[in-house]
Amino acid sequence: MNSFSKIITVLVFGAVVSTHSLAQSENMVLIKGGVYIPLYGVDSTAVTVDSFLMDVYPVSNNNYLTFLQKFPEWKRSKAKRLFADGNYLINWEGDGNMGSQLLPDAPITNVSWFAAKKYCECQGKRLPTVDEWEYAAMADENSPDARKTPSYNQMILDWYEAPRSFDKTIGSTFKNYWGVYDLHGLVWEWTQDFNSVLISGESRKDVDKDSNLFCGSAAVGASDLMNYAAFMRYAFRGSLKANYSVKNLGFRCVKDIQIE
Amino acid sequence: MKHYKIELMFRRIALLPILLLFLVSCGDHPTAESVAVFENDTAISELSIYNLPSVWTTQNNEEIELKELQGNVLVMVMIYTSCQAACPRLVADMRAIEAQIPKTKKDNVTLILVSIDPLTDTPQRLKDFAITNDMDSPSWLFLTGSEEDTREFAAVLAVSYKKISPMDFSHSNIISVFNQKGELVHQKEGLGVNNEETVEKIIELAH
Repeated sequence: MNSFSKIITVLVFGAVVSTHSLAQSENMVLIKGGVYIPLYGVDSTAVTVDSFLMDVYPVSNNNYLTFLQKFPEWKRSKAKRLFADGNYLINWEGDGNMGSQLLPDAPITNVSWFAAKKYCECQGKRLPTVDEWEYAAMADENSPDARKTPSYNQMILDWYEAPRSFDKTIGSTFKNYWGVYDLHGLVWEWTQDFNSVLISGESRKDVDKDSNLFCGSAAVGASDLMNYAAFMRYAFRGSLKANYSVKNLGFRCVKDIQIE
Repeated sequence: MKHYKIELMFRRIALLPILLLFLVSCGDHPTAESVAVFENDTAISELSIYNLPSVWTTQNNEEIELKELQGNVLVMVMIYTSCQAACPRLVADMRAIEAQIPKTKKDNVTLILVSIDPLTDTPQRLKDFAITNDMDSPSWLFLTGSEEDTREFAAVLAVSYKKISPMDFSHSNIISVFNQKGELVHQKEGLGVNNEETVEKIIELAH
């Protein structure tokens, strides 16, 4: 009997563990690694991106609500200012409810980097690096790197000009080559190392690239100025602080591929 | 670590429950109880860096949490020891600041250099760097942590950095001053810039 209950325990435990890890990879797709030349490469040095799993959709209001129910310390009234500024979840009607103005399936915005990072960690995931995000986002519907396709760039720039796209629901823009939705066309997204962008000392202050401010600043320069859309993304990242919560800025998570 | 070394050990024991809280904070059931423990324990303000749970290693190979530094004025900068260009100047700036702090106030000020290259900057390397640069007095603290905690800490300081080659990083040169509660009160950006304001702020805060 004793050994029987042990077996049951092991089985139940095993089932829980496997559903758990299954749940974690749910709604994620494989981004097959490769080499690309980022906008801010070092003398056109290619960057190698390892294969990883990426969320198919950005995190939605509803997803975030679930997170808040589990981790109430991240509610608007509880989140510390060091980790989330005064605009954190400001568009939510109540402390723990989004209200009737926001669509449950719209992407969560007005979240800080700390909050986004925590959310991903609590799913057993993490935020993508700038390189991972840019790598996955080079793809259009049909090819993994569409950066030279004029219509692709035009589409992104048209979105940057379009108002209130954050009101749309997740999955409402195109599905890219990897099977990922909404990398362009919905909201901008946090990246793990957003503070690796060194366009200037302080983009917020519009200071010039200055050797007084950076070691090795001469190495930083645009390698593909054709890609104006990417330029805007880097500039935007460079203007952020980690506790900023911005209206059109959301996030999604990624995960390393477990080596069996 | 001078006089707060013993206190440090004591605090570390007191901190255990909090550490545990952070360890389990992504578990399935973050109890209201554990949250309450956190709130009761501290008078840490919302904007204090002592909210950061990260654990660092000093040049003396001791583990330390930022909040163990509570009560001191902190002057912080992020560097890496193999840096050839701006860092020696940043280090010189820090030394110049240190030299202007009156002797009577030195005990209440800690000057901290946080490595952005934790893979290279081992405690031993930081120790050597401290000795070479005449920064081996108890006023100086060198910290190295995980890559992730370093990235997070930089985010708090609004410091940007990026590895641009196996040897080199590009990074912003910002000296930050924190008050005794761990709140950021002053930042100065740039190299060899006038440090008068920074020193004034430190002297005003320190007792």
